[in-house]
Amino acid sequence: MTAVGASTLLEPGSAGALRPTGGGVGHRAIVATRRLLRSSRMVIGLVLLVFFVLVAIVGPHLVGNPNAFVGPSMAGPSARFWLGTTMPGQNIFYQLVDSTSGTLEVGFLAGALATLVSVVIGIGGGFVGGYVDELLALFSNVILIIPGLPLIIVVASYVKSSSLLPTILIIAFTSWAGYARVLRGQTLSIRNRDYVLAARVAGEKTWRIIFVEILPSELAVIVSNFIFMVIFAILTQSTLAFLGIGDLSTLTWGNMLNVANNDEALTSGAWWWFVPPGLCIALVGTALALVNFGLDEILNPRLRVYKAPKVRR
Amino acid sequence: MRYVARKLGFYLVAAWAAITLNFFLPRLIPGNPVEILMSRLDESGSPPPGEAHRLALLLGVGTGGLFSQYWHYLDALAHFNLGISVTDFPVPVSQVIASALPWTLVLVGTATVISFVVGITLGALAGWKRGTWVDSLIPTTTFLTAIPYFWLALLLLYLLAFVFHVFPLNGGYGASETPGWNWSFIGSAIDHSILPALTIVIASIGGWLLGMRNMTVTTLSDDYVVAAEAKGLSPRRILVGYAARNAVMPSITGFAISLGFVVSGSVAMEYVFSYPGIGYELLQAVNNEDYALAQGIFLVITLAVLAANLIVDLLYGFVDPRTRQSR
Repeated sequence: MTAVGASTLLEPGSAGALRPTGGGVGHRAIVATRRLLRSSRMVIGLVLLVFFVLVAIVGPHLVGNPNAFVGPSMAGPSARFWLGTTMPGQNIFYQLVDSTSGTLEVGFLAGALATLVSVVIGIGGGFVGGYVDELLALFSNVILIIPGLPLIIVVASYVKSSSLLPTILIIAFTSWAGYARVLRGQTLSIRNRDYVLAARVAGEKTWRIIFVEILPSELAVIVSNFIFMVIFAILTQSTLAFLGIGDLSTLTWGNMLNVANNDEALTSGAWWWFVPPGLCIALVGTALALVNFGLDEILNPRLRVYKAPKVRR
Repeated sequence: MRYVARKLGFYLVAAWAAITLNFFLPRLIPGNPVEILMSRLDESGSPPPGEAHRLALLLGVGTGGLFSQYWHYLDALAHFNLGISVTDFPVPVSQVIASALPWTLVLVGTATVISFVVGITLGALAGWKRGTWVDSLIPTTTFLTAIPYFWLALLLLYLLAFVFHVFPLNGGYGASETPGWNWSFIGSAIDHSILPALTIVIASIGGWLLGMRNMTVTTLSDDYVVAAEAKGLSPRRILVGYAARNAVMPSITGFAISLGFVVSGSVAMEYVFSYPGIGYELLQAVNNEDYALAQGIFLVITLAVLAANLIVDLLYGFVDPRTRQSR
């Protein structure tokens, strides 16, 4: 049952013959959930992620105004100011909580957009084939090889805007290329498998072949790419904000670090100002990476039953 | 030869794409970039006559249609006319770039090669001794890849330069030194480069280690390795001459792709350490609305990454004969 379930998850399109005869959708969901919880990496990652998402949604309503000047300058952590204060005397803990939503927003939106582009170009090109595919592959390779951050810095500083939208768009449109290449390779190999050829012979429509036969087989890869791109987007946005580029009016962890660096928190020894924001970024990134590892264990049976063989001499 | 021609063709297309992208970038600036730039130049001093016209040609916003603008832009590039820098008025942009580039190339280049070599070596060993304590290093690398690089650099700077005064706080050389080929300057420059280099190595070594470890594990189960063992070759010879030699191939490809990311990381590094390299200049340019300098640096960084990639690709064809035959 376990093995059958895994293969249904992996290749729903091809697994018609393997589909479990007994048990409805409810039963399969229970099995999947149980397997989800068996991976300790997955559980730790999910708990961390849910925590940060909750903070992003609920947090800003629970804490006071993060920009108000409420305390002494650069005071260390205390019972009143849990994480101390900034140079002008703002509450760092409030800022940390308030920054969560902005950072996560950029990560997930840019990640989703980049995934969409990579799916359209990778799978579309791989499926259509011919010179369209050659052109799209060339396009991906060119985008891939042009160094991203300098381009993002130049574009983000030219487009002056007081919202995070330009940052999201720029990150998304410079980061899809690597994954489009992976998806193209996958599509090229799946396109000629027997079950896809059978679907063609049976006269299925093109959109049905793409969405029902090919896309589900690549779902595991797409989800994993999405998670990596969210991590990448969060890191890139933080770097940009830290460098003082793009929208500086919305509070994000990167912005906090930028202000801390400009106000010489480092040479004043105010570690409570520059350590927490970076730690939060690293924790969100680690949570996402753990979820990805966990998904890998669940979706890839070979990794799950893996046991280290005897050590070679 | 077909392999070389294919690669050259691809990089020509990529270079053309980068140059054309650079042509369109100034159109994103709200307002007239030439007017903004000229007023900035006037603040700094008196720009030479005709500079406004040259800038218009360079930024691709001169008179005439799109094609004539594009043609004039290419013409300006071909003559290395990159304009005058606002940040370092009245030094030409090409000269600013030429003096900043060596700092980045030497530091980032050395750090990347060290990171690659050490990471590959440790990765091969980790794959060889799979299932021992070496494997416990792997989860740590997950955390390392999720850490924002600039923050790691800030922490190390705080610990090693502020709390314990092991390294200097910032700059590329001591304030009392004058750049030149004398020992006191070179010593100071090396002293200032160790911490930045260290942060690059720490941040990037995990990726090489993990990739090499996994490839070594895969290669070790290949038939020719089993055959080598059956022949009774020494484990050392099997690892170095048989397994690692083949396992390293994907890492070499990865090395080419990672160069772009290395450049990206170096921008943050130079900002954190106030290191006088090309990334630091780029940020200065962008913050000063010094469009000519920003454009010039973007183009130089991109072309440098393309050139480095081309070299790695050609080396790859040389190291791995299979790529030459199949293509």
